[in-house]
Amino acid sequence: MTGDGMATSPGMAVAARPARTLWLGVLFAALAMLCAASVAIGTRDVALADILAALNGHRDSIGQAAVTARIPRTVLAMLAGAALGLAGATLQGVTRNPLADPGLLGINMGAMLAVVIGVAWFNMASPYAYIWTAIFGAGAAAVFVYSISSRGRGKPTPLKLALAGAATSVAFASLVIAIVLPRNDIAGGIRAWQIGTVGGATFDRIVHVLPFLAVGLVISLLSARKLNSLALGDELAAGLGEHVAMARATTALGSVILCGATTAVCGPIGFLGLGVPHLCRLLVGVDHRWLLPVSALTGACLLIAADIVGRIIARPAELGVGVITAFVGAPVFIWIVRRQRIREL
Amino acid sequence: MTTLSPILAVIAGNRTRRARRHGLVIALLLCLLVGMFALTLVLGQTFTPPGDIVRTIMGDDVRGVAFTVGQLRLPRAVLAVLAGLSFGLGGVAFQIMLRNPLASPDIIGISIGASAAAVFAIVVLSLKGAIVSVFAVVAGLGVALLVYMLSFRNGVAGMRLILIGIGVSAMLESFIVYSLSRAPSWTLQEAMRWLTGSINGAQLGPSIPLLLSLVVFGGLMLSRSRDLEALRLGDDTAAALGVRVGRTRVLIIIAAVGMIASATAISGPIAFVAFLSGPIAARIVGNSGSLLIPAALVGAALVLVGDYFGQFLLPSRYPVGVVTGVLGAPYLIFLIMRAERSGGSL
Repeated sequence: MTGDGMATSPGMAVAARPARTLWLGVLFAALAMLCAASVAIGTRDVALADILAALNGHRDSIGQAAVTARIPRTVLAMLAGAALGLAGATLQGVTRNPLADPGLLGINMGAMLAVVIGVAWFNMASPYAYIWTAIFGAGAAAVFVYSISSRGRGKPTPLKLALAGAATSVAFASLVIAIVLPRNDIAGGIRAWQIGTVGGATFDRIVHVLPFLAVGLVISLLSARKLNSLALGDELAAGLGEHVAMARATTALGSVILCGATTAVCGPIGFLGLGVPHLCRLLVGVDHRWLLPVSALTGACLLIAADIVGRIIARPAELGVGVITAFVGAPVFIWIVRRQRIREL
Repeated sequence: MTTLSPILAVIAGNRTRRARRHGLVIALLLCLLVGMFALTLVLGQTFTPPGDIVRTIMGDDVRGVAFTVGQLRLPRAVLAVLAGLSFGLGGVAFQIMLRNPLASPDIIGISIGASAAAVFAIVVLSLKGAIVSVFAVVAGLGVALLVYMLSFRNGVAGMRLILIGIGVSAMLESFIVYSLSRAPSWTLQEAMRWLTGSINGAQLGPSIPLLLSLVVFGGLMLSRSRDLEALRLGDDTAAALGVRVGRTRVLIIIAAVGMIASATAISGPIAFVAFLSGPIAARIVGNSGSLLIPAALVGAALVLVGDYFGQFLLPSRYPVGVVTGVLGAPYLIFLIMRAERSGGSL
């Protein structure tokens, strides 16, 4: 993937510059529109006057209260989408693997398992404990999956890594079920969170997670240059003066923080980080300095859109956003797998 | 000739010994299964004397026992055995045919496809009974065809098939969650059944179509047992040995999917039973003969014991799919670690 991309990118870079700025503008406009739609559209139909009143802080009717609840939810969807899109793009860059995704590589499930263990066995309750535990779980899962797939002959191929990640995800998921199921006291809260949702967001929770997301965002965005070097291959990157192992580790740390923090609030949302970078590569090319921010923006747009869809299609109930991203994202995964050249296990 | 005959005698002796060992292993597994079946009837929340159980099954109305054994324990044990046999046999057939233990129907999306169809039929179309099984079988075959076609590109590579199956599973799982959310009242119990499998609330009536499918599809599978063994050596070798590869493959897929889907329509996709039975049976049997019957028996034992564990031996009650899921998960990871090193075979 990187070979072809690099061969064409110098030519493209010159031609594509106006197009890139254009796409950036389009994405910002789309984000603004989707945010507005997310506040206006929901399980309950609310009149325009009520929506405007709610935005001004009134909470007099059920409709106004519903709209008020949609605001933090929209903000959380935007943050989580941006984090996952960005994490997907950096993970694909670090592993040089078009199949990398926080969900598929087991990172989100690792975070989830860690939090569930903390809640069920150690009575963990403070929001910061949640987030730290989730980040720890995400990191442990990332290291575990990477080390499984790099055992044996050769480097970890994209397919080996994806298989190890998927298997780890399945394994963690059944452990999570086994831990949660008998605990009626915590099952209710965790069940909704199990499939990935941004419902039930409050500004309190967003404030807790915001510093972590900010740190992850900064680390990830700052690693764009390193990712560009890594894309040339380890030898060439080292030749350019990059400390390859160090660059990999810091960049991976950035995405682990993003994934862990997001999972701590929203639960494991899969497949979003897989498709977004591929889409963005079509829009702005392979230069990570553009790819990373655009991936974050696109991820935010798509997750808000998925959340809106989840509120509409299952009326009067709601569908967790993770269900929608899996349903839409899995075909993207299949499409990418089909394009891979296969060496048998 | 004279120099050959001692060698032939040794070969023939080895063959007889292997066949005898194979028969012995099957007999032992069968005894074990029957023993466990009897134990789950005798031991539950309370102990029931074996004599009372025999009389209940013969049709006597023994006070107190008629309900616990006749309505609760017996249907449950029967469903466990039937579902386990179906999953074990269907799973190992796929693993042998595709020459990869990861290519079991519960990993490449066939079980979950049957489950999705069953949920759709029950929740959205409000159907009941045998017609649900028909839905599940058709959907299972459809998913098998879809995964096969999607992974076809200059031939089917095992790894691509498995990954595409995982992708399809993810879609079908989200479809199940969506369908359940449309149900007027859905419980966690119900969701667990269709996502990880459970035999809670088993009755004898619904087990009858499962028994029929086991007889029909299982018979078909066992009649192809020789050809399946030949396929293990590779398609070209099998063809050279006189196996009609394409036809055999289609028949085996139909039989395996038929069994898996009929079982799934009643018990849900009991996690990892299809995946675990084959490798466990391979460990027990060694290379002394066909894996089909041992794997089926191991599957039945897994479901029976898993369900008993989930009901009585753990601190709280779990559906059987959660128990087998926790059992199978580490093995799945182990298998992937091993496959990286040595190239996986059963």
